Amino acid sequence: MKLNRAILIISFLVVGFTGCSSDNDTIKIAFIGPLTGGVSANGLGGRNSAELAVRLHNAKSTKNYEYELLSLDDECKPNIGVQVATKVAADGRVIAGVTHYCSAVAMGTVDVYHKFGLPVVIWGAVLPDITYSNDYKEVHRVNGTMINQNEVAADFMLDQGYKTWVVIHDTTDYGKGHNRYFSESLVAKGGTVIGTFGVSADQQDFNAELTKTKELNPDVIFFGGLAPTGVRLRSQMEKLGINAVFQGTSGIVSDAFIEGLGPLAEGVIAFREGAPLENLPGGENFLAQYNQHNFGEPPEAYGAFAFAATQLIIDAIEEVGPDRQAVTLALNATRDHDSVVGPISFDDHGQNAVALITRYVIQDDKWVVWENSEYAEGKRDL
Amino acid sequence: MTMDPWFIAQYLLNGIVLGVIYAMVAVGFTLFFGVLDVIKFSHGDVVMAGAFTALATYAGLEWIGISDSVFAIVVIAVIGILAMALLGALLSKLLILPLRNAPPLNTLLITLMFGLALRESVRLFYPNGSNPKPFPQLLPDAAMTIGNLELRLDSVLLIVLGLGAIVAVQLLIQRTRIGLAIRAVAQDPETARLMGINFERVVLTTFALGSALAALAGITNGLYYSEVNFGMGLLLGVIGFSAAVVGGLGSLYGAIIGGFLFAALQTIGAVWFSVPAYKDVFAFACIIALMAWKPTGLLAHKSAERV
Repeated sequence: MKLNRAILIISFLVVGFTGCSSDNDTIKIAFIGPLTGGVSANGLGGRNSAELAVRLHNAKSTKNYEYELLSLDDECKPNIGVQVATKVAADGRVIAGVTHYCSAVAMGTVDVYHKFGLPVVIWGAVLPDITYSNDYKEVHRVNGTMINQNEVAADFMLDQGYKTWVVIHDTTDYGKGHNRYFSESLVAKGGTVIGTFGVSADQQDFNAELTKTKELNPDVIFFGGLAPTGVRLRSQMEKLGINAVFQGTSGIVSDAFIEGLGPLAEGVIAFREGAPLENLPGGENFLAQYNQHNFGEPPEAYGAFAFAATQLIIDAIEEVGPDRQAVTLALNATRDHDSVVGPISFDDHGQNAVALITRYVIQDDKWVVWENSEYAEGKRDL
Repeated sequence: MTMDPWFIAQYLLNGIVLGVIYAMVAVGFTLFFGVLDVIKFSHGDVVMAGAFTALATYAGLEWIGISDSVFAIVVIAVIGILAMALLGALLSKLLILPLRNAPPLNTLLITLMFGLALRESVRLFYPNGSNPKPFPQLLPDAAMTIGNLELRLDSVLLIVLGLGAIVAVQLLIQRTRIGLAIRAVAQDPETARLMGINFERVVLTTFALGSALAALAGITNGLYYSEVNFGMGLLLGVIGFSAAVVGGLGSLYGAIIGGFLFAALQTIGAVWFSVPAYKDVFAFACIIALMAWKPTGLLAHKSAERV
């Protein structure tokens, strides 16, 4: 009797569990980005955009699978990034990941993805080494690298007639990369770097560095770092009465940068890979859908890339099924895949070729494409 | 290398503002140690909490539609300072006094943990608390350019305000009855008690005073950098503590000297090295050397014999 009861209980449990798993046909995709901390605006914009891709797919009538986005916060800190990456990679139910805005974090986590065989598509980090310093088949990137960005930046600024630069960069891999690629391009094209200062990413006081900069009296201050540090630097520049042009990188292209500075943001220059959203093939449609879904935050500069990365992964899984290895192979074979950011083709290192670099200037509290700005028309001076 | 004197003046001005902020934090450490021989490691986070209280008060003022900046600055400073004074008194009453007879390590640990709890609470419960918050620019932004020196009215006001606060604390301790009681307890708690001094009241007052100064340091920091964040107390706490130790824990003047010394070392470090990121390394290395040379601090406190 007792044995029978035990068998009954066990069979109930088994039925219960299989019942659970059978209604669980949804496939998990991880999103990792900075959801808190100084650059969280970009992380949240990316997360929402990835979520939008999932929702749009789930709403389709013909589909093989349902998807669920598992969002995790890397806080833009490499140690936290490795923790959450390990958590995701070790979770067998997660088939692929849309990962990282911060280069310093991505540099730390690519090893984890490789070790666990989790295919990922980077949606925002721009350091070339993330794809090029390894042979990891699992790692792909839809956005461009900082090399092209800095070549265009050097050309553009020299064309404007500037001659001398002081470079201030944060000492993470990201800031150091910008320093290296920008300084190299600039010097090769005839510009002069008269001072280079490395600062820590969470530093608050830049008075000493900026007073030194003031002594050097450059035409332009080049800042290689992310928005929160950029906000501090720009506002302390003003307090010391420095009139140099403030030139940033893709790391400050975010609405949060303008919000943090107010009128002081006027005339700040920055560069970003990819065409502006409104010029992209599916840009307007993306924005319309995004606004329809009432996310609390704007998609920010890299939202479209996160959206494209998520769609790319979903398309791969739809095609080959929820298997990490098969998805990795399918992603590696991506050639001229239509997306909101233009056709995506991965090279041997999983890097998408994004040839176009957009030049931005802040005009009346908005990032305006240089060619459309009053600065380009000569109505305003930097 | 010859240097334009106006640039030297600029470095000096930057250094003095930093020094005032550090000194205000260091004075708190030295007060607590002087009176109760405790090291309160949550002090840096009280600095941060003071700044956030002021920020929240400003948001409240904006909400009810008050935008006069002079009125706003007075209100946010008063509320921030009072709230932290209360927090300091509560902290000493609930956490520090009950542990008075326990090993000093326990007090150190419990305040360390309280600081952590305070920091994480702000991060979790303040709206959008993990992001840096812009602090309202309430001081006039007038500036004068003399040669290469950019002399800003707000920096000058902050220096005057900070130095004024430190002098006021000094006068309070040297010239008033409660100050006399604080000094008596610092010198010999048992005898002071026998003389009829209300020991607990003196301790609560001291912690309220030190924490009020911390709140002011936090608000000064916010006004100067136009930004506050939940982690700002961490480094400020360590710097304030180092300044107090190098000046001589328990000595008020020592704390002030220590604060300005640390700011000076940071500034010198930044000017000297081509990589300014080394300035903190340089400043802390100098502090280590100073402590090896004078273990009880530059101005040794009378009670150093208790070691």
